[in-house]
Amino acid sequence: MNKNPNNQMPVLRDAPVLRIENLESYYGPIMAIRGVSLEVREGQIVTILGANGAGKTTLLKTISGVMTPAKGIIELNGENISTLEADQIVKKHMVHVPEGREIFPLLSVEKNISIGAYVRKDREEIKRDEEMVYSYFPILKERAKQQAGTLSGGQQQMLAIARGLMAKPKIMLLDEPSLGLSPLLVEEIFTILKRLNVEQKVTMVLVEQNAKVALDVADYGYVMELGRIVMADDADKLENSKDIQAFYLGVRQDNERGQRRYKQRKTWR
Amino acid sequence: MDMMQLLISGLANGCVYGLIALGFVLIYKATEAVNFAQGDFMMLGAFITIWLTNTEYLGLNFYLAVPIAILIMGVLGYLLDILVIRRMFGQPQIAVVILTIALGFIIRFVVGAIWGHDPHLLETPFAGKELKIGALVLGYEEIAVIIVTLLLTFMLFTFFRKAKLGQAMQAASQNQLAAYYVGIPVKKIQSLVWALAGIVAAVAGALFASKGAIDPSTGLLGIKAFAAAVIGGFGSLPGALIGGLIIGVVEPFAAYYLPAGYSQVAPYAIMLLVLIFRPAGLFAQMQNKKV
Ligand SMILES: Nc1ncnc2c1ncn2[C@@H]1O[C@H](COP(=O)(O)OP(=O)(O)OP(=O)(O)O)[C@@H](O)[C@H]1O
Ligand SMILES: [Mg+2]
Repeated sequence: MNKNPNNQMPVLRDAPVLRIENLESYYGPIMAIRGVSLEVREGQIVTILGANGAGKTTLLKTISGVMTPAKGIIELNGENISTLEADQIVKKHMVHVPEGREIFPLLSVEKNISIGAYVRKDREEIKRDEEMVYSYFPILKERAKQQAGTLSGGQQQMLAIARGLMAKPKIMLLDEPSLGLSPLLVEEIFTILKRLNVEQKVTMVLVEQNAKVALDVADYGYVMELGRIVMADDADKLENSKDIQAFYLGVRQDNERGQRRYKQRKTWR
Repeated sequence: MDMMQLLISGLANGCVYGLIALGFVLIYKATEAVNFAQGDFMMLGAFITIWLTNTEYLGLNFYLAVPIAILIMGVLGYLLDILVIRRMFGQPQIAVVILTIALGFIIRFVVGAIWGHDPHLLETPFAGKELKIGALVLGYEEIAVIIVTLLLTFMLFTFFRKAKLGQAMQAASQNQLAAYYVGIPVKKIQSLVWALAGIVAAVAGALFASKGAIDPSTGLLGIKAFAAAVIGGFGSLPGALIGGLIIGVVEPFAAYYLPAGYSQVAPYAIMLLVLIFRPAGLFAQMQNKKV
């Protein structure tokens, strides 16, 4: 939390905007989230890393109310929201931008965007926010009348983020925004995310497989494995950590392989 | 002028098929299940209207009775979703389909028990009146059916295009998960779609019963409307209506020009032809672009 500018503020302001404690989620009998606790402070970008199947998407779905947790606390600004429905949570200005560009394929780009403001009633401001969103994603303005399903993958990802912004989020939960995009486009999207974080004061929880880009923009990071948090630290420290380098950043460690593996195991649990 | 006469009465029948087909499509888009009771909804809507209007029952003013019947059917559709359909959430779609088939039996039984199995005709202010244009004689009922159907279709079309609720229904039908993510109350929307299916069924029922007698088994013509929906592409609202009109028009012509019995088969023969030559329905393209 070194990078958090709020550190200087009185203690009250430093309370986490999102606090999760001992969360458990199931798919039928399968336990996918096994007691996760984490904290996100105002203005932060917090990344959650982890291999395929670690439970990152499930965690976000549980936070945003699409899934109901079996156990645990989800606190948004001090209020327990773990039993609320998804639409209720969007109204509290926490928005989930899902994995794999879940857009409305047969609606036009502009209708996809305007439907992002579904829970809002302040018409004037919605209009202004539309302009704001288009200023971050000018390509979407060019394609406003086009059917969203005919956009390219990168444009669809931008559309999903733009649609999320229309709910006027204070917190955005982003699930693998880099999925399937070219390095150049990943760069572009992450630059925009960082700008939104600074300029629009959107706190972000960023789930990623692409540890390098995620840790570059993030303040703090968690590593998930098999439904648990196995590591948590400042983003720059994680970036320099041997485990992360070996598993996510592709840095080779040739010496003393067997022993290293064992050590890694130990630090991870 | 025989041709013209056949055409008009075919169109009027087709409107009713089209409205039932519309109900099929609405539910299919919202729940991905086929509501095989849609024809029986129509029949129930008709009997409720008859019960409110006809002098042997409550004898209310026609123009008061119809909106009440529409309201009742809307509420019934809504309750059906909340009390029954929603509880099937997570079950395979086939379970919902079987449930609607059973529901059809129940509606036919209940209506028969309450109002009997004799044919009933709705008493309308325009019953028996005719419009003569040259040699062409048009019943007011037929004209009313066509006008009301066009109006209702236009209203639905505008609703899905412009209204926030209509957009939310469309969004939820295109991507249910994404609808959750933007804060659309998907379950509530689904209940409202069932309400809308009830409303459309009530209108179809009132129209049907105003131009011909109806009895509890009439609901079975829902199968013909199902063929209409398939012809239209099972996903397109205008397609459903046009599918209904095609079947409505073909029937009387087949009855007139072909040996007896063929007209019964005509709708299904057309459906088979469409399935063979255009498996996605006549209006598949439209489905990709519009409502
Ligand atoms: N609908 C489901 N039904 C049953 N099990 C599921 C379902 N969705 C996910 N799982 C299981 O839950 C676990 C966590 O899945 P999740 O999608 O959260 O992983 P993830 O970390 O997001 O992976 P990825 O990086 O591949 O997106 C996996 O073991 C997965 O098989
Ligand atoms: Mg995932």
